[in-house]
Amino acid sequence: MAITQHRLIFKHIDAPGYTRDIACYRKHGGYEMLKKGLGMGGAAIREEVKKSQLRGRGGAGFPTGTKWGFIDPSKVTKPIYLICNADESEPGTFKDRQIIYKDPHQLIEGMILSCFANGVKLAYLYIRCEFTEGWRILETALAEAKAAGFLGKDILKSGYDLEIHVHRGAGAYICGEETGLIESLEGKRAYPRIKPPYFPAVLGLYMCPTIVNNVETLCNVRHIVEMGGDAYAKIGRPNNTGTRLLCVSGDVVRPGYYEFPCGAVTLGQLIYDVCGGIRNGRKLKAVIPGGSSAKVLRAGETYKMKAKDIHGNTVDREVRLEDLPMDFDSLAAAGSMAGSGGVIVMDDTRDMVECLANISAFYAHESCGQCTPCREGVLWLKKILARIAEGHGKEDDPALLRDVADRIAGRTICAFGEAAAWPVQSFIGKFKEEFQIRIRRNGTAAKTDTVSLTH
Amino acid sequence: MSVPLQAGMESCVGPEKGELTPAFESQADELISRYPVSKRSAVLPLLHLWQETFGYIGPRGVEWIAKKLSLQEIQVLELVTFYPWFRQKPVGRFHFRVCRTLPCALGGSGKTFAALKKLMNLSSDGHEGAMISEDGLFSLEYSECLASCGTAPVVLRNDEFYEKVDEKRAADLVAGCR
Repeated sequence: MAITQHRLIFKHIDAPGYTRDIACYRKHGGYEMLKKGLGMGGAAIREEVKKSQLRGRGGAGFPTGTKWGFIDPSKVTKPIYLICNADESEPGTFKDRQIIYKDPHQLIEGMILSCFANGVKLAYLYIRCEFTEGWRILETALAEAKAAGFLGKDILKSGYDLEIHVHRGAGAYICGEETGLIESLEGKRAYPRIKPPYFPAVLGLYMCPTIVNNVETLCNVRHIVEMGGDAYAKIGRPNNTGTRLLCVSGDVVRPGYYEFPCGAVTLGQLIYDVCGGIRNGRKLKAVIPGGSSAKVLRAGETYKMKAKDIHGNTVDREVRLEDLPMDFDSLAAAGSMAGSGGVIVMDDTRDMVECLANISAFYAHESCGQCTPCREGVLWLKKILARIAEGHGKEDDPALLRDVADRIAGRTICAFGEAAAWPVQSFIGKFKEEFQIRIRRNGTAAKTDTVSLTH
Repeated sequence: MSVPLQAGMESCVGPEKGELTPAFESQADELISRYPVSKRSAVLPLLHLWQETFGYIGPRGVEWIAKKLSLQEIQVLELVTFYPWFRQKPVGRFHFRVCRTLPCALGGSGKTFAALKKLMNLSSDGHEGAMISEDGLFSLEYSECLASCGTAPVVLRNDEFYEKVDEKRAADLVAGCR
């Protein structure tokens, strides 16, 4: 493999002999950064995180330093809470699973540092219950950390107290939305809260200032404390700093999880060099670059992007799909998003009608039901797509799908509406002929394959 | 004469049988102690505990948890019906969840599901909750993304997680239960 990974967070993951217990973690320098961080003081850690330009790894890519900056621990009189969002459930994403199962103490150290930096005394680790072993691993790891004096009262004689508890979800994707997660943690249905306030930093858990960060984001904090914000910001590209965990699934030879500096690999290098190309000697047809909510990219597409020439002038440049750097800004410029880092690859034998029908069935199942456009609209998307896939499509179904999707996005309390509409808008926009052919072949379109993607 | 309607009774099989042990009670108290600000936060943990102990959450569970946390029964029941992990009916002794979402579907989870269904002698299409075998040994349902897309297709058998479950591996999993 010509391209080498830059493993920061995955440094020890899958390394021979590396185990998830605290003794092994400490042998590899574990909890040393906690000692360093406690010495630095909270304000200094916050400053380093700001300098690092770290962007949240959950999906939205919001700068972590700014998110933390909404709260000034020296002025807030109410308790401040921190919640680790380990509800990893964006289809195509399986990075947090690796950290939780194979290196849980890295997450806990990052979490303790983040809590200390923001004056948090009580924190929760919200994990999806489908990680049936994962939550037990975290409970064990927390107990180990507490026994070693890294958690609880007077951590390492610094006078700082912190409790972290594991809280299990119960199979609802919407709990990944931070205000839905907070509602769920309060013991209610996970209905996302109406905005404003835009951030739980204002009113969060129990109506107190709250920080919600992704697992990968919190792990990064540990590394920022280690190397300093400026050094961290040198990894990756400007405004897209640090490393990124990329999860590749679907029709590639070597699906899996990889870590690279942000934007250091292109989509083409990732698929063809890192993952060994398309399975069974087939060709690339489509790729979803950042979890199933991200807009699909079609093989052969080019994108207009701004770039700097050798004189420093901004020029328009055409970039092929294969040459797209895997970072936040490039994928946004291509009309999609880096999202949660889940890359789903589809080969040229895949039926785009069925792929989209599968995705929309997911969103129809997961809509929390609070907003009418989403609750009703996404169900309609699913039903219309199922009828096209089953050979009963109507001539104007593609236009109808488009119309329904356009009326969901932007009309809901949370971003789930967009997440459900984007795949439909992009699949219909980019593969319209496939939908039309499928509808024209109605009746004769009965599948020879008895097992459909839509089930 | 009409029977008074108990919480959740219309969609479940009836009160859960079994003893509430002191160990269960102390586990519940420990869970509640994790939420010093609001006891209500302990509803999900208690629902998990109840389902793990009794197999499902019926009217007895809803009533007990509501009393324990000083809530209205509806405040517990509305979570049972909202969160897909909770169920109001028992499932088989070996409950299989097959991931249905795109990466697993691309990896052949449909075939895995069909194979399991045949091996367990199940009917119906699996879209309306779990299918249960006549002897109560097996049950099967689709689940949404289980976050292991790189090793598709994936299956949960009770609490055990299995990767790359093709038709052959599915047969091994079923055989392992007998």
